[in-house]
Amino acid sequence: MESIFFLIVAAVAVLSSILVVTCKNPINSALSLVMTFFCLATLYVTLDAPFMAVTQVMVYAGAIMVLIVFVIMLLNIRVEAVKRGSHAVFAGGAIGLFLLFQTVWFLGRGTLSGATGTMDRAQVVKVGHIELIGKALFTDFLLPFEITSILLLAAIVGAVILAKRKI
Amino acid sequence: METLILGLPVAYYIAMVAKVLVAFVFVLLTVAYATYAERKIIGHMQVRLGPMRTGWHGLLQPIADGVKLFFKEEIIPSEASKFAFLVAPLVALIPAFISFAVIPFGAPVSIGGYTVPMQIAAYYDQAGQQIFDINVGVLYILAMAGLGVYGIVLAGWSSNSKYSLLGGLRSAAQMVSYELAAGLAIVSVFMLSESLSLHKIVADQAGGIWNWYAFKQPLACVIFFICSIAEINRTPFDLPEAETELVSGFCTEYSSMKYAMFFMAEYANMVTVCAVTTTLFLGGWHGPFLPGWMWFIAKVYALIFLCMWIRATYPRYRYDQLMRLGWKVFLPLTLLNVVATGIVATLVK
Repeated sequence: MESIFFLIVAAVAVLSSILVVTCKNPINSALSLVMTFFCLATLYVTLDAPFMAVTQVMVYAGAIMVLIVFVIMLLNIRVEAVKRGSHAVFAGGAIGLFLLFQTVWFLGRGTLSGATGTMDRAQVVKVGHIELIGKALFTDFLLPFEITSILLLAAIVGAVILAKRKI
Repeated sequence: METLILGLPVAYYIAMVAKVLVAFVFVLLTVAYATYAERKIIGHMQVRLGPMRTGWHGLLQPIADGVKLFFKEEIIPSEASKFAFLVAPLVALIPAFISFAVIPFGAPVSIGGYTVPMQIAAYYDQAGQQIFDINVGVLYILAMAGLGVYGIVLAGWSSNSKYSLLGGLRSAAQMVSYELAAGLAIVSVFMLSESLSLHKIVADQAGGIWNWYAFKQPLACVIFFICSIAEINRTPFDLPEAETELVSGFCTEYSSMKYAMFFMAEYANMVTVCAVTTTLFLGGWHGPFLPGWMWFIAKVYALIFLCMWIRATYPRYRYDQLMRLGWKVFLPLTLLNVVATGIVATLVK
């Protein structure tokens, strides 16, 4: 039952990610990307990670993609304006092949499968997903967390300076 | 031995379907009669009668409206991008309805030995004797609210009309800015309840009106409600469809049932927002004497009335005023509220 569900979701995910690159209209590509994010979120739910799923929808589908759609609409990108040069196709193909090779290699090594460490599924269900993430984020990973917040602050200041340059 | 599907009894699935139907019908009926109530209430507030001709005091008006819209001609502009144009009304409507999946709308009931919690995405664990629901319920609602913007943006862009595009752009900017303040206003509720599960948040507000988060977090409550009104584009924040400047904004080019779907989405959003506010701040379904679901409906309807009252009272904001209110007033206030809540909660403990 669960594997059938997984297969359906995975099929939709693959199909919509193919549509992202093949759609002629940039808005339709963006919508397909949103669909892919939804499928990813569904997969997170089946992995007992509801917080990840909701964050995926809220941040990627809800915020970042809205910005992308916004930019596409503002710039009003025409369908014909997109021309693909042979160099770009070659580079994209090379990167794609490299990623495929990498994935197959990692899958073949087999050491990445299976859970390691003290956190198992029963504990995640018992204590709660968010509680565990929150505790780890503010105790063990406090320094990376603070560094990220400073980076974000710098980005905000940069954005304000760029926007207010003329005033 | 009873049959189990994915480790849960069959009755669980029957209850689930029943709950989905009940909630869906409730929202649909409320949406239909909210349109009537809005015209009637605003009419009386402006010393008019409102609809009077169809049925007794116009009671059949929503049905007449529905039939009329159903039989209108479907017009798709020739330069519109078809797919997005057709999908946009659906994209606007669906998030408004599925937010209801996590809202608890009554006390748990026992049917034939099974305890059924009155919340769609929740089940009662017979062994553990407790109710489990999605433990990220509030974030789920925020995520769905963020998706509502797609419908309007797509409608605005795909119509290939300047008015629609302007309406869509305004709406996108408005929703993104107010979502932030609404999210931060809810953070102070999390800090008090120490949980993101709506079941737990409602349970914390049981036992008397003074336990409501509206009294512990009055600022957060007011800001959340105002931001929600802004997010669902209702007056005084209905700039995306400002008739005086944009004809009717993002839905200018829509007709027939597709227009009706935008209309339904607007009212369904209003019902959802009022239900969320009830759950987070007004004690959910808790109340004396009457059964839980009656209290829930009463509180939701009171808030819907408040929305209509606001619409009848306030003029529309200007766009720069709207942005200033969101970014320079609400955002700092909610941040201050979070800091203050943190300090007070630490001191009290």
